[in-house]
Amino acid sequence: MRNDIFRVGNQVLKSRLIVGTGKYKSFKETVQAVKISGADMVTVAVRRINILDKKKPLLTDYLDPKKIKYLPNTAGCFNSEEALRTLRLAREMGGWKMVKLEVLGDKKTLYPDMIETLKATKILVKEGFKVLVYCSDDPLLARELEFLGASAIMPLASPIGSGLGIQNKINLSIIIRNSKVPIIVDAGIGTPSDSTIAMEMGCDAVLVNSAIAKAKNPILMAESFKNSVISGRQAFLAGRMQKLFYADASSPSKGLI
Amino acid sequence: MAKIQLNGRKLELKNKHTIFALLKKYKIDGKKIAVELNGKIVNRNKYKTVYIKNLDKIEIVHFIGGG
Repeated sequence: MRNDIFRVGNQVLKSRLIVGTGKYKSFKETVQAVKISGADMVTVAVRRINILDKKKPLLTDYLDPKKIKYLPNTAGCFNSEEALRTLRLAREMGGWKMVKLEVLGDKKTLYPDMIETLKATKILVKEGFKVLVYCSDDPLLARELEFLGASAIMPLASPIGSGLGIQNKINLSIIIRNSKVPIIVDAGIGTPSDSTIAMEMGCDAVLVNSAIAKAKNPILMAESFKNSVISGRQAFLAGRMQKLFYADASSPSKGLI
Repeated sequence: MAKIQLNGRKLELKNKHTIFALLKKYKIDGKKIAVELNGKIVNRNKYKTVYIKNLDKIEIVHFIGGG
C-alpha cells in the first residue's frame, strides 16, 4: 500500500477519498470531518461574498488552502459559459489549475448536461486547466472526455445527494476498463460500503459529501468512509477469489474419520 | 459620483474609488477573493490602478463549502 500512489492531474494525493465541504452544520464540523476523513483534497464552491455581513466567517479561515488542496467546482452552473466563468474566477483567487467541472442539465435530477460538459472540457484543457469532470456513466462519453484531455473522469453513482449508491455497475466497470485516466466515483454514494464496492471494482478514488455531512454523526461517518476506501482499495490490489457456482469445502476431506 | 452594481446590489460611491479602495471600504481581504468588472476578471495586481466608473457592474466572489 505504501507504493500505491494516487496521481491525478498535476497532484499526488495520499488519500483516495476526496470530500466535499457543503451541507455541514458549521465550519467547525466541516473541519473535524475533513480532518478525520484523512482526505488531502476537498471540493469547494465559488459564490458571491456577503458584502453586508463583514464579520461572517469564511471557509478559508477554517480550512487553510495552503494545508489542504482545494478543488474548486462549478456546482449550480447550467451551461458551459457559467462554468468557465466560475473556474476562471477560481483560478484568479489562488492559482488553482486543477478543478472539478460539473455542468448540470436538470434541476430535479442534477444530471449532467454532457453536451455542455464536453464543450467546457475542451476549452478548459486548452486554457491549461487540469479538469476533473463530473459526468454521466456512459462509457462512450467517458471515452470522449478522455480524448478531449480530461485529467479524471468522475461518473455519478446515482443522482447528487441521493445516497442511492452505484446504480449501474456494468457501465462503471466498462468505464474503468477502458480508461487510462483516473476514475473517481462522484455523487450518489450513500454509505461507506458503496465506496468500498467502487474501490473494489477498480475505481481510483471516490468523492463524498452528503453521505458524511448528512449522517447523524458526521465525524464518525467521515472516519468510517476513510476506512471503507482503504479497505476497498486493499481488496482491489489483493485480487478477489474466483466466484464458483457450487460449494468448495474449506476443511480438507483427507484424513476424515 | 458613480452608480454601480456590487454583487447584484445597487450602490452609490461618492468619491473616486479604485478596486482596492472598494475592498478596503467593505473590509474584504483581497487575498481571499476574486473580482470581476463588467464581466472581465481584474488581475489582482491591478486592484490599486483600476478605477470604478459610473454604471460598472462588479462581482466579488470567494470560496464556500460545496460538493
